[in-house]
Amino acid sequence: MISIENISKWYSDFRVLTDCTTSVKKGEVVVVCGPSGSGKSTLIKCVNGLEPVQEGRITVDGDEVTAKHANLTALRSRIGMVFQHFELYPHMSVLENLCLAQEKVLGRSRSEAVARAEKLLARVGMADHVKKYPSQLSGGQQQRIAIARSLAMDPIAMLFDEPTSALDPEMIKEVLDVMVELAQEGMTMMVVTHEMGFARKVADRVIFMDEGAIIEDRPTTEFFDNPVSERAKDFLSKILNH
Amino acid sequence: MADFDFNVIWSSLPFLWQGLQLSLWLTFLSIIGGIVLGTLLALARLSGILPLSLIAATYVNLIRSVPLILVIFWFFFLVPLAIGRPIGSFYSALIAFVLFEAAYYSEIMRAGIQSVKQGQVHAGQSTGLNYWQIQRYVVLPQAFRNMIPILVTQGIILFQDTSLVFVVSLRDFMTASSIVARTEGRLVEMYLFAAVVYFVICFSGSMLVRSLKSRMST
Repeated sequence: MISIENISKWYSDFRVLTDCTTSVKKGEVVVVCGPSGSGKSTLIKCVNGLEPVQEGRITVDGDEVTAKHANLTALRSRIGMVFQHFELYPHMSVLENLCLAQEKVLGRSRSEAVARAEKLLARVGMADHVKKYPSQLSGGQQQRIAIARSLAMDPIAMLFDEPTSALDPEMIKEVLDVMVELAQEGMTMMVVTHEMGFARKVADRVIFMDEGAIIEDRPTTEFFDNPVSERAKDFLSKILNH
Repeated sequence: MADFDFNVIWSSLPFLWQGLQLSLWLTFLSIIGGIVLGTLLALARLSGILPLSLIAATYVNLIRSVPLILVIFWFFFLVPLAIGRPIGSFYSALIAFVLFEAAYYSEIMRAGIQSVKQGQVHAGQSTGLNYWQIQRYVVLPQAFRNMIPILVTQGIILFQDTSLVFVVSLRDFMTASSIVARTEGRLVEMYLFAAVVYFVICFSGSMLVRSLKSRMST
């Protein structure tokens, strides 16, 4: 589904990604973790072309994202993305947030878009907040709506960029619950997160990154029980033993 | 004070009101035109397309380096030469104001667009919206809202600047007041009255800005 081949990226002279290669199969859930500044958010943003790469090749469902004249808008409409800071449109109601791209990109009628939006809002437990504005909602609620907004486009895969990092601790669970459910329904997911409980529970594979390179890329249980690299061992001991 | 005759205001009110209408109408149209053109200039400048941003930057810097009165003159004399027939003082003044104010509005809108977080653009992109859709539905509404107080302030300045149209013999409120002042020989009364009218309108505008600001910060 998602194939990343030998990706390298520089910000002027500074190399942020070094020869990254991995893939995500249909229905697979892959967690990307690593210390901050390791390039994991950058990597995931390359998958839907939000960040350009200088070397390498990325394809999603057979379409090349890194091609010179790739139709990025069409590609992106098929891949959902959830951001650390939710990025709901603050000047629009919850319903408008969910309907905008459905109508403008997919060309759905107003009633179709509203029906789809209401269904998804019910699914993430936000049916009572249709008319509210983002500023009236908690972080956890906003993130659940952001997930619904992505799902409204009927994506073939979902990217999550640290979806719980900006949340107060008591709100993390409500967002992770939605994500777990999504994973169990067979959604293809690539998730940058520090939530190792989530990774253990639903991830098929864990990718560990450091200094812009993929250090480990292994099945979840192997990664947690038996990390190979010193850096991964060090990272796990830091985030698990407290 | 005994020598003052404020009745002159009352008797010339219809004439003054015509002048005020012209001032307000010119202000209104120039604000609309200036914001539309200014927004396009700001988009061009931020487009990342070098020739476009260079043209926009040159335009803005050029216009901002000349006095408004010169621009009003230019268009009064140049536009008829360019199109081969006179277009009238009002339209030449309107064109001058729109083109002049656009340079200032473009700087305001540029700041407004830059005040919208990159994440908002990413959110729009990630759902497949194209560049124009993102600008239209996501970025510009927020940019505009963030900048409303400054846009209104610029409108107040513009309203005061419309008094310069006397140079192309347009009868705005200031010119009308002058005419009455001179023909009736009531200079002090009329100029006091004109000052009060300008003050009331501009001060109301400032109060509006203040209330908008305090409402936005909550």
